[in-house]
Amino acid sequence: MSIGMSLLAILEEAPTYGLRLKNEFEARTGTMWPLNVGQVYSTLGRLERDGLVRVLEHGSEAQKLYEITEAGLEQLRSWFDTPTQMLPPARDELVLKLVMAVGHEGVNLQDVIQAERRGAVELLQELTLLKRKGSLEKDLGWALLLDSLIFQTEARVRWLDDSEARLHRHGASSVPHEQPQQATSVQETGGVPR
Amino acid sequence: MSATIEWLDVTKVYGSGHLQVEALSHVSLRALPGELIAVMGPSGSGKSTLLSLAGGLDQPTSGKVLVAGKDLSSLSVTDVARLRRRRIGYVFQQFNLIDGLTAVENTSLPLELDGVGKRGAREAALRALAQVALEQLADRFPDELSVGEQQRVSIARAVVGERILLLADEPTGALDSVTGETVLGLLRSHCDQGGCGVLVTHDARFAAWADRVVFLRDGRVVDQTSPTAGPESLLRDPVGR
Repeated sequence: MSIGMSLLAILEEAPTYGLRLKNEFEARTGTMWPLNVGQVYSTLGRLERDGLVRVLEHGSEAQKLYEITEAGLEQLRSWFDTPTQMLPPARDELVLKLVMAVGHEGVNLQDVIQAERRGAVELLQELTLLKRKGSLEKDLGWALLLDSLIFQTEARVRWLDDSEARLHRHGASSVPHEQPQQATSVQETGGVPR
Repeated sequence: MSATIEWLDVTKVYGSGHLQVEALSHVSLRALPGELIAVMGPSGSGKSTLLSLAGGLDQPTSGKVLVAGKDLSSLSVTDVARLRRRRIGYVFQQFNLIDGLTAVENTSLPLELDGVGKRGAREAALRALAQVALEQLADRFPDELSVGEQQRVSIARAVVGERILLLADEPTGALDSVTGETVLGLLRSHCDQGGCGVLVTHDARFAAWADRVVFLRDGRVVDQTSPTAGPESLLRDPVGR
């Protein structure tokens, strides 16, 4: 849905061809989320079917010029005005990995957390470099996107820090589900000593 | 290239007997001119001890700390104090500015204490304030400056003169997000101009300004980030950026 609404937002500015929409979308998102042109055409097809865009110039896909309709404008306004749906939360591989590691004998949760933290901080370093190199004053959309990725990655590190502290309080680096009463002590596994 | 700061197999033990605490255990780390390293870790992991030893404020129980190739333990107390005054700058969460002195007087104070003449110290302080874009506010007192401006003065004071090593202990702790970024930009810029910086922080977003992030846990270096692959690696089709 978000790609369709983004295409409508670009179309609101002027009637546009599909390929130009793809390029404009990527320019505004710093090529962070590339679209393939087939995806753009199929999304435009759905928007046309739903009466949110109309075709001004017909021909092959590449020759079609699209314009937003009144219904499209209304839908776009509603998208901007309505809080983004956050529930149910999307599946998160990192969360799943930690949850599974808790019950997995032979996996040191402390090591999993540290590897994930290093990866997240390395990503933060790359994003920060992008931010430092960019001309953010001139490109507000790009700046917003980078800030969003930076804050999301930072939140992961904070969650990992908190998980580590929770693990520390729990006093074990790997607790098999089957034998919770026999949790291996931290010292024995070489995990967190205190 | 020789390191600006190097910890060589450093162990630091506080207390004795059953109250003994090993704050650092066999830590070896180095930072080169032009490099900013960040140290992260939970409370009690040894971050601040690492900085105290780098600044010559404390001695390791074993191992060596070298600043610009000089083993601090081989220097007299007077020489360590001189090195600390002339070559090392400190930035803390608390700005530690003196209320009765203006921004430029606060900045020039370390040089004057080191015997530099008033005029020379003031000129150097104005150059340092220019580095943090505060030369226009040089004659304001701390209570006439915003919190962010006060932290910038404390950075100017830390880099004034011929400092080669900047030690920053949670410098963004009292600042909002945007001002914190400005402060990190200044530390980064100091290193980009050939200085060396060691930043201790809880905040991954600020640690990410460093060239390398070192993770401490229970007094040991448990991990560090690899050099970045280059931000372009994040862009799948880096056209026009």
